[in-house]
Amino acid sequence: MGEQRAAVVGVGQTQHRSARKDVSIAGLLREAAVEALEDAGMTWKDIDAVVIGKAPDMFEGVAMPELYLADALGAVGKPMMRVHTAGSVGGSTTIVASKLITSGVHRRVLTVAYEKQSESNATWGLSVAMPFQAPLVAGAGGFFAPLIRAYIARSGAPSHIGHLVSVKDRRAALRNPKAHLHIPDIDLKMVEESFMLWEPIRYLDTCPSSDGAMAMVIGDEKVGDASAAPAWIHGMAMRSEPTMFARRDQVNPQAGKDCAADLYQQAGITHPRKDLDMAEVYVPFSWYEPMWLENLGFCADGDGWKLTEAGATAPDGDIPWNPSGGVLSSNPIGASGMIRFGEAAQQVRRRAGDYQVEMKTGRAMGHAYGGGSQFFSMWIVGDKKPA
Amino acid sequence: MTETFVSHHVLEYPGGYTRSVGPVVGRFLTSLRDGKIEGVKISDGRVLVPPTEYDPVTSDPVGDFVEVGPLGTVETWTWVEKPRVGKQLLDKPFAFALIRPDGADTAWLHVVDAGSKDMMSTGMRVAPRWSAERVGSVRDIAAWVPLSDGEEAQTAPPRTNVSDEEEGPVTGMISPIRLEYDVTAGEALTRFLVGMSQGKIAGGRAPSSDEVYAASRGTDPKTGDPTSIEVDVADRGTVTTYCVVNIPGLSDLAPPVPYVSAQIVLDGANNMFFGLIRGLEVDEMRMGLRVKAVWAEELKPDYRSILHWEPSGEPDAEYDTYKEYL
Amino acid sequence: MRDVAVVSYAASAVAKDTNRNEVEIIVPVLREAIEGAGIPRKEIGFVCSGSLDYLFGGPFAFVAGVDAVGAWPPIRESHVEMDAAWALYEAWIAIQTGEVDSALVYGFSKGSLGDVSEVMTLQTDPYYTVPLWPTMPDMAALQARAYLEESGRDERDLAEVAARAQRNGKSNPHAVRAGDASADDLLKQPVTYDPLRDSDMFPVSDGATAVVIAADDVARRWCKRPAWIRGIEHRIEAHGLGVRDLASSESTRSSGAAAGVGSGSVDVAELHAQFSHEELILRDALGLGDDVDVNPSGGALAANVIMAAGLSRIGEVASRISAGSANRGVAHATSGPCLQQNLVCVLEGE
Repeated sequence: MGEQRAAVVGVGQTQHRSARKDVSIAGLLREAAVEALEDAGMTWKDIDAVVIGKAPDMFEGVAMPELYLADALGAVGKPMMRVHTAGSVGGSTTIVASKLITSGVHRRVLTVAYEKQSESNATWGLSVAMPFQAPLVAGAGGFFAPLIRAYIARSGAPSHIGHLVSVKDRRAALRNPKAHLHIPDIDLKMVEESFMLWEPIRYLDTCPSSDGAMAMVIGDEKVGDASAAPAWIHGMAMRSEPTMFARRDQVNPQAGKDCAADLYQQAGITHPRKDLDMAEVYVPFSWYEPMWLENLGFCADGDGWKLTEAGATAPDGDIPWNPSGGVLSSNPIGASGMIRFGEAAQQVRRRAGDYQVEMKTGRAMGHAYGGGSQFFSMWIVGDKKPA
Repeated sequence: MTETFVSHHVLEYPGGYTRSVGPVVGRFLTSLRDGKIEGVKISDGRVLVPPTEYDPVTSDPVGDFVEVGPLGTVETWTWVEKPRVGKQLLDKPFAFALIRPDGADTAWLHVVDAGSKDMMSTGMRVAPRWSAERVGSVRDIAAWVPLSDGEEAQTAPPRTNVSDEEEGPVTGMISPIRLEYDVTAGEALTRFLVGMSQGKIAGGRAPSSDEVYAASRGTDPKTGDPTSIEVDVADRGTVTTYCVVNIPGLSDLAPPVPYVSAQIVLDGANNMFFGLIRGLEVDEMRMGLRVKAVWAEELKPDYRSILHWEPSGEPDAEYDTYKEYL
Repeated sequence: MRDVAVVSYAASAVAKDTNRNEVEIIVPVLREAIEGAGIPRKEIGFVCSGSLDYLFGGPFAFVAGVDAVGAWPPIRESHVEMDAAWALYEAWIAIQTGEVDSALVYGFSKGSLGDVSEVMTLQTDPYYTVPLWPTMPDMAALQARAYLEESGRDERDLAEVAARAQRNGKSNPHAVRAGDASADDLLKQPVTYDPLRDSDMFPVSDGATAVVIAADDVARRWCKRPAWIRGIEHRIEAHGLGVRDLASSESTRSSGAAAGVGSGSVDVAELHAQFSHEELILRDALGLGDDVDVNPSGGALAANVIMAAGLSRIGEVASRISAGSANRGVAHATSGPCLQQNLVCVLEGE
């Protein structure tokens, strides 16, 4: 992970909405960045370098937006980078920013991830029809729904498990004022009666399309020591595998397992369900909670749905997942991974407000993935310095 | 080597990007609609035009708006002999220039309609020529025009596109962006597409690999080695998993809902092939179904030569025979 | 800081590759770089790339690269939507953390697929600039005039840069533009983007670049004469052309100073000048004297695979150091309109 310790000392995020018509692209990022700086007790001048991340440029029609955004984010005269690793980008951007610290090169780095999806439309941006590519007749859900069916076949999970996740995460979002979706009377019946899109995925099993940004200030050990509420980085890992290869396990991808194993090894985690207090995990379709519970080793293969069904992942369960409401409640695609990383940090910092969960070990996990589940990025943060 | 296929490709978000502009850009665009140019004060006292929400060097918020211009000075310029019609403001030769409006401390990239390159010089004085139809856009200034000594700027003409409804400040803009490409299929995909036009599915295998890829993009992704060994793959296979689609209109190629989109492992290949399954009721659909391709009458070098897949009549495949493809 | 060196470099460039897609262009270049390094592919600790979706014409261009790498078993991998010189910077950081000892870095694009000049318009302010569609050479020309008028140089100075680039390109097997035209010959050609001529502008190129870097003993074990990275720094400037001093490049100057350009003599420099005047601005900013061999490969005026050309500059300097024809050199990469963002890398033999 690096010889130098690093800690999150400031976190900020926007109000997520389907369309933030009140702000420019720069204004959206600044809303998150200024909040993170204020949380860190810093100004633009205190920052050594800026790292931004987002999903494809075609969403907003701005190529290499770090160029246009340099002035807006205090980067003039400094190093600035832009990361793009598909849906995992919010996580990988955080990791690139953190490594600028753990490498010993910088002391204070600002990182921001965003998407302003209302400038175009997510379906268009993700699946621009290119010549010579197999036509995507059934949209993004047409790619993921068959994998969910495969998971159900492999695990024997009952059909309502996904709906339980949809209800749990939407209820959690009611405590998060910045979440995009607030559905006060959400219950199982409402999810079960929502329109069947891509069987077995119903409308309320899917994530929304949001405008939003997330920002963090990450500092070195001295900066962390001076912070009233640091979230120390205990481990960071990224893994990629090819998109479509022969005999690929798309339900439980090896890259996710390898990434988690590397992460746990760095952080000294042997039983993630016991050794961690909570996790913020990228769950864009409800069924991905049980799938990732297994992929990330929170339980044995085939048992993920049992944890969900037993309420283990609820905010008051023994291993809460996504008490912020998760991707199912806010999904500015390029920012969604960083929101997971940042929400894990907020829990560790006891700054999660009404959705703060009980902390025992003082450690939490953030997770992001992207593409056809071939890109993964993860971290673990804790309220104490790593050994 | 056969020439590989090249196809024209237009990248354009239909209707243009819907930009919200925020308070500062919005105020500036509103002023343009009103026929005036405004800048903002930044922390060192300079006036920034066009204004952003932030000081371009310190990133601090900006201060008060001040009206500038309308006359300005050209700081540098270039001549555009062949305008990009439909994109750039003018369809006759013009200059791009950095223009510093009087009272501003920074310059604005805009266009000068000078008639001829010989009219252009650094330091020349220019004035905005306002469009009568103004919507709140940098294009509301139709162009800047050279100004002779002592000449005064014309004020903006009354707007011709005022509606009866009360207009609020400008909060958004539409940004049409259209780019065109000629995309190359590449050697491996061309082999596949030629196969499609012959009613067969061409696969490829890397010398180092046991795996056969149908519709290879050129490599075995596990090794990065070229799939240079040509292998024909059967036009039948096993459905590993699928979904039933209930959303109409996802694609021009989509049949009426509900329909089945499936992953198929073709006999002789080891990767996933996507296809629509027809010829049975959706509630009869199942994993392990054996299917065969239904080819179009007129074959073309295109995926669409396979219209869809239908049950082959063979017994379903045992789960164990395809589970490693899930 | 760990000592990190470039141990291998490979590149390809042609004006228009009508036969191969991006994957097929990348594969042989990666193979050449990996074989040149000698390090078994599975032992390379990290992979990082640079590419641009808007040159590819659709989202997720970098995914094509992952298929070319052979990412199995799963690899540590990242991607910047920037010139691959910044991918090398990210890889250098990864090595500095101690987590990995080597990295494969690559960049690619097919500039011929679309209209590069228009694609690059989309890098500019979406509210004020894009609606007017100034193209990349239009903006470069604004800078060229500002530079010429402030420096007192003229179009002949530009033509001499262009002529030398073409001459040097003759020894570069991947040059897209090379020849013996003199400055006088070039000055007879029409001005296209006033005050620039076509010969002052990069040739549209398709191709890929790959570099392998390694730390300390790993580099020494695999490379007879590693090109050690003595400093690598990058800075960005304000975006708007109207708020910058276009006649100079402050971010190149400050990057060069931080990277230690001036702390020793410079034998060779590869500058990512996509237009003739940019080479002059960059030389000024880096304080390179007439004794420095600038762009012996012909630079970006000989071949400019966008998203890879900055990384190529690092590779070109490194390969001269590894070959023993230079001992200390400076490589430069740029991004954005009119040299908005710049990276400077100082390389040295033992």
